[in-house]
Amino acid sequence: MPIPDTVPVLGISWGDVLFLVLAAVMLGSALLVVTLRDIIRCGLAMIVAFGALAGIYVMLGAPLVAAAQVLVYIGAIAVLILFAVMLTQAKNAPVGLVFQAQALPAAIAAIVLAVMIALTASATDWGAVTKRIATGTDALARLLFTTYILPFEVVSVLLLAAVIGGIYLAKREGRDA
Amino acid sequence: MSQSLDAYLVVSGILFAIGTFGFLARRNAISMLMSIELMLNAVNLTIISFGAFIPALNGTASVIALMVMAVAAAEATVGLAIVMAIYRNRRTPLVDEYDAMRQ
Repeated sequence: MPIPDTVPVLGISWGDVLFLVLAAVMLGSALLVVTLRDIIRCGLAMIVAFGALAGIYVMLGAPLVAAAQVLVYIGAIAVLILFAVMLTQAKNAPVGLVFQAQALPAAIAAIVLAVMIALTASATDWGAVTKRIATGTDALARLLFTTYILPFEVVSVLLLAAVIGGIYLAKREGRDA
Repeated sequence: MSQSLDAYLVVSGILFAIGTFGFLARRNAISMLMSIELMLNAVNLTIISFGAFIPALNGTASVIALMVMAVAAAEATVGLAIVMAIYRNRRTPLVDEYDAMRQ
């Protein structure tokens, strides 16, 4: 039995449903990241948000970026952050206050920022906007290794510098064991 | 909806605002780093959406997004190493207790 083009009862397309679900999961777990009390759970919610964002990248026709999102953000950055959480949460850490005193003004500022960005983005005429187009991986690779070869090499040097800097900063001084 | 640029831009704007709130409001240094990652992701989503909807930016947007990811990884490494180094000296991850320069 063939699947109909739109959702049977609601009459909206499957792409819209997928987009709404992914966006809701991403924004909901992002809210959990900034509001949950237990910081380990914040880290886990962050992984969910990154995964949903990878799904949105696939919807936007950028599968290579989605794969890099899963590898780099979920595989490397989230794990790194979870390790740092485990190393810095002392047993006798104060559990009471999660937020600074400026949390309420920060919330107001964030809401104003969101509304402002949303209004500006929908009011602006972006010019030559077409239907959604996919990015071919071979075209992307050609671009990355010809036109953008210099930034690519600079980024690899930057990563090397970050590795060395990270090791230097995290290294224990001889005296404090 | 999933065929319009505005929807993606609005979603990424909300994600950026959530990250801003987390950065301004949380007391834990690692929570603040997580919020920065959320903001970087919001910017990446904006770049990819422009690439998907504007033909002239199609491949370039993905290249820029990959570069942003590499820089974000470097930032997370160095940022967390700094947090660990401060934690070893001060025994707390809470940023409002880092007040040595005020005393």
